[in-house]
Amino acid sequence: MSSKIFGSGIRRREDPRLVTGGAAYTDDITLPGMVYAAMLRSPHAHARIDDVDVSAAAAAEGVLAVYPGADTEDALQPVPTAWLLPDSDLQVAPYPAIAKDTVRYVGDIVAVVVAESRYQAYDALDLIAVDYDPLPAVTHPQQATEPDAPQLHEGISGNQALHWTVAGGDIDAAFADAEVVVKERIVQQRLIPNAMETRAAVAQYRQASGELTFWNTTQNPHIARFICSAVTGIPEDRLRVIAPEVGGGFGSKIAVYPADFVTIFCSMRLGRPVKWTETRSENYQATTHGRDHVQEVELAATKDGKITGLRCTVWAGLGAYLSTAAPGIPTILHGLMLSGVYDIPAVKEDVFGAYTNATPVEAYRGAGRPEATFMLERLVDKLANELEMDPAEVRRRNLIPRFEDGHDVITGLTYDSGDYPAALDKLLDHAGYDDLRRQQAEARNEGRYLGIGLSTYVEICGLGPSQVAGAIGFQGGLWESAIIRFHPSGKVHVFIGASPHGQGEETTFAQIVASEVGVSPEDVRVFHGDTDNTPMGWGTYGSRTTAVGGAALALTARKIKEKAKIVAAHLLEAAVEDIDYEDGNFFVKGSPDRGKTIQDIALMANVSWDMPEGVESGLEASTFYDPPNFTFPFGAHLAVVEVHPQTGQVKLERYIAVDDCGPQINPVIVAGQVHGGVVQGIGQALWEEAVYDDSGQLVTGTMLDYAMPRADRLPEIEVLSTVTPSPHHPIGVKGIGEAGTIASTVTVYNAVLDALQPLGVDSVAMPLTPERVWRAIQESGGD
Amino acid sequence: MFAPRFGYHRVSSVAEAGALLREHPGAKLLAGGHSLIPVLKLRLAEPPALIDIGRLAELKGISVEGEAVRIGALTTHAELAASADLEEHAPALAEAAGMIGDPAVRNRGTIGGNVAHADPASDLPTVLLALDASFEIVGADGERTVAAADFFQGMMATALGDDDLLTAVVLPARPPGQGQAYAKFAHPASRYAVIGVAATLEVNDGVCSAAAVAAGGLVPVPTRAPSVEQALVGEPAAGDAIATAASQIGTDLGDDLIGDLFASAEYRKAVAGVYVQQALATAAERIG
Amino acid sequence: MKVPVSIQINGRLYESEVEPRKLLVHFIRDLDNLTGTKVGCDTSQCGACTVLLDGVAVKSCTCLAVQADGAEVTTIEGLAQNGELHPLQEAFWNKHGLQCGFCTPGMIFASHELLRTNPDPTDEEIRHGLEGNLCRCTGYQNIVRSVREAADIMNADTQDGGEG
Repeated sequence: MSSKIFGSGIRRREDPRLVTGGAAYTDDITLPGMVYAAMLRSPHAHARIDDVDVSAAAAAEGVLAVYPGADTEDALQPVPTAWLLPDSDLQVAPYPAIAKDTVRYVGDIVAVVVAESRYQAYDALDLIAVDYDPLPAVTHPQQATEPDAPQLHEGISGNQALHWTVAGGDIDAAFADAEVVVKERIVQQRLIPNAMETRAAVAQYRQASGELTFWNTTQNPHIARFICSAVTGIPEDRLRVIAPEVGGGFGSKIAVYPADFVTIFCSMRLGRPVKWTETRSENYQATTHGRDHVQEVELAATKDGKITGLRCTVWAGLGAYLSTAAPGIPTILHGLMLSGVYDIPAVKEDVFGAYTNATPVEAYRGAGRPEATFMLERLVDKLANELEMDPAEVRRRNLIPRFEDGHDVITGLTYDSGDYPAALDKLLDHAGYDDLRRQQAEARNEGRYLGIGLSTYVEICGLGPSQVAGAIGFQGGLWESAIIRFHPSGKVHVFIGASPHGQGEETTFAQIVASEVGVSPEDVRVFHGDTDNTPMGWGTYGSRTTAVGGAALALTARKIKEKAKIVAAHLLEAAVEDIDYEDGNFFVKGSPDRGKTIQDIALMANVSWDMPEGVESGLEASTFYDPPNFTFPFGAHLAVVEVHPQTGQVKLERYIAVDDCGPQINPVIVAGQVHGGVVQGIGQALWEEAVYDDSGQLVTGTMLDYAMPRADRLPEIEVLSTVTPSPHHPIGVKGIGEAGTIASTVTVYNAVLDALQPLGVDSVAMPLTPERVWRAIQESGGD
Repeated sequence: MFAPRFGYHRVSSVAEAGALLREHPGAKLLAGGHSLIPVLKLRLAEPPALIDIGRLAELKGISVEGEAVRIGALTTHAELAASADLEEHAPALAEAAGMIGDPAVRNRGTIGGNVAHADPASDLPTVLLALDASFEIVGADGERTVAAADFFQGMMATALGDDDLLTAVVLPARPPGQGQAYAKFAHPASRYAVIGVAATLEVNDGVCSAAAVAAGGLVPVPTRAPSVEQALVGEPAAGDAIATAASQIGTDLGDDLIGDLFASAEYRKAVAGVYVQQALATAAERIG
Repeated sequence: MKVPVSIQINGRLYESEVEPRKLLVHFIRDLDNLTGTKVGCDTSQCGACTVLLDGVAVKSCTCLAVQADGAEVTTIEGLAQNGELHPLQEAFWNKHGLQCGFCTPGMIFASHELLRTNPDPTDEEIRHGLEGNLCRCTGYQNIVRSVREAADIMNADTQDGGEG
């Protein structure tokens, strides 16, 4: 097998089952005797529960049981958060799986019905009588921290869940000495992740043995096992979590949710398999949201465009309770990336995490980094406007020069490698930037509003060293493990802890193994997502699966190769150091035609008739890989838009992405990640927003109201790349899952604001709906 | 989502449907189901029974009868959009039908179900108003015909009574030399009309001799735009005259504009003229 | 109240009594092993449930099983013939037109509908043809390429058939 398999855009092995309906997602699983759960969710954003009367529902046709919070309060421990951020005065509010006394957001579970059919379960929900005493609600993160705001949790003053600070350099001096200061108040609106598969769970508890099998739409089955064990009391050794086919996550399937524990509880009580599947409306209310920051940012610079300081205050809405990874998203994954690709000598950020009467917020594709990139890149454009300089030129003047092996930035991180000028140059060159500016000038003369938007970015992924995880309060490790097992025929099984859910790593992992040990990728089967037959893993999020899991796999393959070399030396009656290797063939230097293939060696190792002395039978290896540092992918993006001045409608004309994720295992899959990521970020800029009204009702409660990107509103995304390997990674790869989203929101935003620049508009709230753009034009007095 | 329970009757004639409507007060007619089923799934309505008229062949199809085009109530949006007869005789209706929802929705949704539902953000009522359509209705007291201007009575309200069944929509065939167009500002999520404008234009000796403009999505009931229409007649059907006429739309819309999260009443009123202008300009291009 | 229905799915006749409120998508999914048809929303927006009903694409979440009584349904499980993938299935695979795969069955049938009514669409027409189907993974770009490739293959097949 040729080593060229690394870097080849081969077709995905996942696809035949997916294009034929042969894949089983959680809701596709049916077990004998299975019954169905439906959750009664609070219609109030904030209310005391005076009474829950389940008698009529319990008597309804097909209903097996109805459980209100009183039934689960002793059986289920509070839902934990898994990121206990230190030095932040973190206040963790009790988070019951089913609310008993108070509901705190529209979607809080009040009771569960279990019935023979899903229709019957939903019929019975209508029969539960709940007596609510509504309380005032607050959903805005900054307003929640104001003195007269309604208070969500007893003993947590001012709804403040956390206050975290990052600082470096002399920020006061930077602003005192600044020749230019630009400021902006930015709202990173709340977003709904909208994985196409809603959340679902199937719990099968065997009362005789005390064992639970739990199928769940999760990005991290091992974390789910750990947390489910803690909440339900089922010992971890008797708890098997299976993430079957998972239909997208984007962060919303990291958390382990109240409904998961409730489904397990129902199966434990009833001794029947119980399935729960969210409806889309329920998903909008109850599955975690993303973003929800209010940011006040200011940037100090010299007159020639050199950035000297960045200072900001952020209010991050965390929702009614702390979701699994919530405290780390607006802090660690956000604040540490403040300085981006620029050499900035001083930064300071204060982050206030607020409880609000809204759906809990979690990681959402990019998770903290899009919000950080937006602040910086928006202000760089403002600086360019202020100085009447070209935005590309301002960026160029501040970029960190190329580095191959580590660069310390002011937030305390050490970036691994980067060539930011190369990415920007490639982007501008491909776009024909100077030409675009000429076209823009001509269009303006014709009364047309063409805009060109730029953004650079660097992100932090490949999370991360476990020692750092401990230091930042993450209640788990951040390593990955893999097992490679050769069978006698030379076929290979790979077992890995990471849990891809659409990204295609069954294919790319096979490519890594194939390229390292010289088998055909067709001969490598990859197993993941089942805690009973895969080694421990910490999950797929933060663009870490290939960066960390892939490293574990590459190192394991190298162990296999080392052992194979020893066996080959023995069989070829040569010294190990005289053995050469090429494309799956081990041979005595100079005699490649009389070598032993990896398959020959696998056979011998398995039958073990003639192994070298002291070498164990079998051809199998495993690795626990704990990365020495994060990885830092980067890039530069450009968008071209035209704004219709009479209606405010924005037409996205062109989008170009240059991304550097290190060497690409499968460039077709990499491009696919970029396409999807970019479009998700465009969605934030132009269409998407979860809106609550003053009483805390989710106004955008269905897909009729919440505008997702659709095919007919998008241009072709032009995808380019540069390749800067990570110096500390076994195969140099960095991660690509979130890159597109991190750059594209602000790129499109900058393009629209660039279009509006002649009208004097310098700020519009996202999403940039036609009315908002139109209103900004009206208020500017232009057109 | 899961609809509440309801009874079900599949009928084989209009008469049978009428009898069942009288027998089951509150029962709803089911045609393509694309207005009704979503409402049932969200449990926003709980009718005791559905009367499935979806298989009544007599309510299907498009026929040209002299100067009139007759469209059976069960004709789907896809059939409207693809109809050669409509392309010839009522092209704005075909155009608007092709902008409803998406292809799969157009394969099931029917003109009868659409207009009976009378969603103010729907496309067809606007066009039918501009085209002076009339509606054939069978009720307890026999058949009657209602003009479009009288058919649409309010938000989700029509001239159809509880026992009535809409059987057909009848349009005057497009006179020679008339241009028609439908312009739409679609909601990015629902794809319903934030603004929908239908226009017809006729030109004699270089000036506009007749014009009809109707606007939907903007007010609770689609409305004709007499000020715009009058401003056009006698003017050249081009450029500035169209723009000037289109700017009259605010007068015709009055003050009861619809506003929602996506587009306020003020905004709709301000940009409606752009779509009026677009519909008129396109209609003018298509003359001849 | 239950109503008898008989629906032919992928060439096999299924007869049963259903509640009138049962959606066609639930009827299909409740049959053994026919879970390829997905439910992605509750408002007819996402298209994950799209199937062929008597040869044309419909959203099976917005159709009652009783309305499909006597009809022929094709689901994603029935699209491949004699073990050979349909050109659309093949093209989605070739062009990386899917990631998590959840929208894919519906997306393939939306594409099927487009090519039925417009066998040689432009990229812009493809994008419009997919307006009723949501995908959160791909940004649609490789879906457009997949449909383009399938159209080319199907048109070549038709030509070959005509000439041969």
